[in-house]
Amino acid sequence: MSVNSFLGVFAKSPIKPMIEHIDEVHRCAESLKDFFQAVYKGDWDAAEEQRKRIVTLEQAADKLKRDIRLNLPGGLFMPVERTDLLELVSQQDRIANKAKDISGLITGRQLQIPAHLVEGFNSYLNRCIDAVAKARDTIGEFDDLLETGFRGRERTLVDNFIKELDEIEADTDELQVKLRQQFRQVENDMNPLDAMFLYRILDWVGDLADLSERVGARFELMLARV
Amino acid sequence: MDIISSYGLILIVMAGVFGFFMAWGVGANDVANAMGTSVGSKALTIKQAILIAMIFEFAGAYLAGGEVTSTIRKGIIDSAYFVDQPELLVFGMISALLAAGVWLLIASFLGWPVSTTHSIVGAIVGFAAVGVSVDAVSWGKVGGIVGSWVITPAISGFIAYLIFMSAQKLIFDQEDPLKRAKRYVPFYMALAGFVLSLVTIKKGLKHVGLGMGTAEGFAWAIGIAIVVFFIGKVAIGRLKFKESADKDMHYTNVEKVFAVLMVVTACAMAFAHGSNDVANAIGPLAAVVSVVSSGGEIASKAQLAWWILPLGAFGIVAGLAMLGKRVIATIGKGITHLTPSRGFAAELAAASTVVLASGTGLPISTTQTLVGAVLGVGMARGIAALNLGVVRNIVVSWVVTLPAGAIMSIMFFYMLKGIFAA
Repeated sequence: MSVNSFLGVFAKSPIKPMIEHIDEVHRCAESLKDFFQAVYKGDWDAAEEQRKRIVTLEQAADKLKRDIRLNLPGGLFMPVERTDLLELVSQQDRIANKAKDISGLITGRQLQIPAHLVEGFNSYLNRCIDAVAKARDTIGEFDDLLETGFRGRERTLVDNFIKELDEIEADTDELQVKLRQQFRQVENDMNPLDAMFLYRILDWVGDLADLSERVGARFELMLARV
Repeated sequence: MDIISSYGLILIVMAGVFGFFMAWGVGANDVANAMGTSVGSKALTIKQAILIAMIFEFAGAYLAGGEVTSTIRKGIIDSAYFVDQPELLVFGMISALLAAGVWLLIASFLGWPVSTTHSIVGAIVGFAAVGVSVDAVSWGKVGGIVGSWVITPAISGFIAYLIFMSAQKLIFDQEDPLKRAKRYVPFYMALAGFVLSLVTIKKGLKHVGLGMGTAEGFAWAIGIAIVVFFIGKVAIGRLKFKESADKDMHYTNVEKVFAVLMVVTACAMAFAHGSNDVANAIGPLAAVVSVVSSGGEIASKAQLAWWILPLGAFGIVAGLAMLGKRVIATIGKGITHLTPSRGFAAELAAASTVVLASGTGLPISTTQTLVGAVLGVGMARGIAALNLGVVRNIVVSWVVTLPAGAIMSIMFFYMLKGIFAA
């Protein structure tokens, strides 16, 4: 006798997978730290190893993203808009893609960071990854938001997280400007093509923070409609 | 007349066996729906759920099942049409039981979420309208019953919405939700105790020989509510909280308090279910017994024979004991994102609605009322994702169940008539 249960009305929650996804994305972005440690030393074998790790993490995030999309069939009734949720997961996923692109370009061209830029670059990188971590913390409150019906205390907490995220992003913008100026003074010593690509890397690393901020903004937008 | 006097005992035994079987089916299958929410949100273990279900299903069926039973027994059909041929009523009720039982068996086998209530009402209407006369059905009453099937899920959804919103306002949106939960949760328990005991006292206790006046009934209900309140308070006071548990998931400890509340609402749910659904099995049996024992006279005032409600209640408990564990285990696994704070709102709303319907004698579907309540919590943004496809299936299945029950009962009706008249 099979069960004719009404409990089929409870569909699989998309919230836990969303949190898992941003965790994976954050792990992926954070691996850039180890990756760049290898790059600073010019150890290209180790860098390649780290790049492979980043690619694996990016693929894992991709798989989670696909699972989330597939598990959102038409007949679901959710406390948030389906379109917002899909948009949010795409936005989250872009961070991982960017991390992969950065590592790919660097190893592809064996691009060295000029020695006296390393310190500035490293703090810039760390700050950008801080933004990703903050985005992770923000999305991490998703399940607690559900507990409180997306209102009240928990909502204030998340609003504060998003504000902090904006501040970190503004920080990284400043760091980027300074780093560019430093770099401009030494760019003539470099192979012009490498210099061009290094500018692009600076942009892309900044994109990590930009994209994280957009995850926060997207989340805020989703909550605003609730 | 001859048929009833010569085959009376056989007919009663047949009806008794089918009625018991039906009650057994209700226990084995339907109870899982009533208890599944509690098990699914891990407020109860399966063993505890079975134990609670046994006690409260029995109590609900025995203490508050009378009104609905009498509706099924004599509310749907117009007994004036059977005065000359009481054997038709007996055959009809037995075929209705058989039809509903067989249909439930088929539906369970195929995994369709059908309602016991709908199949038995469809079956009774079927044999009366086709086998006897279209006018033999009290269409007004049937219309009211069918209307209640639409309205009760809506009502329980609305109540669930209000309960859930109140819990949000009083507990979750506050500075110290745990302290708040400890303070307010006993009130919800008292509310559950009050509604249940009030309806039971007002409507159910007459046949046990404990009729009471309005004021006395209210006093008793309030007294029971206060007792429940303090039991709840003590139970919550004995909980152990881990500070560390709140670090990653801020509401773990609050949910623990709600889990205690869910034990109470699970009792309420089992009680409500017993009070409404026992009638599906024993209403027809009661009709058969009253006709046969009065020697063919259809007395609309006849008392319910004393052994009928307990028979139904035992049937439900037997079904529960034999199959309930397996069924509840299967559904308990499925849901992980239903926390006790949501489950209690749905259960309390559904149980109150069902018990009120039982008090007014309306046979409604417990399952659909519960679905309505769950949707109500969903409307209050309490549940991560609800599958509307399943809701549609439930609606479709109840549209199908009425004619299916009717057609089968018509078939059985003519078969029985042929066998006994020959």
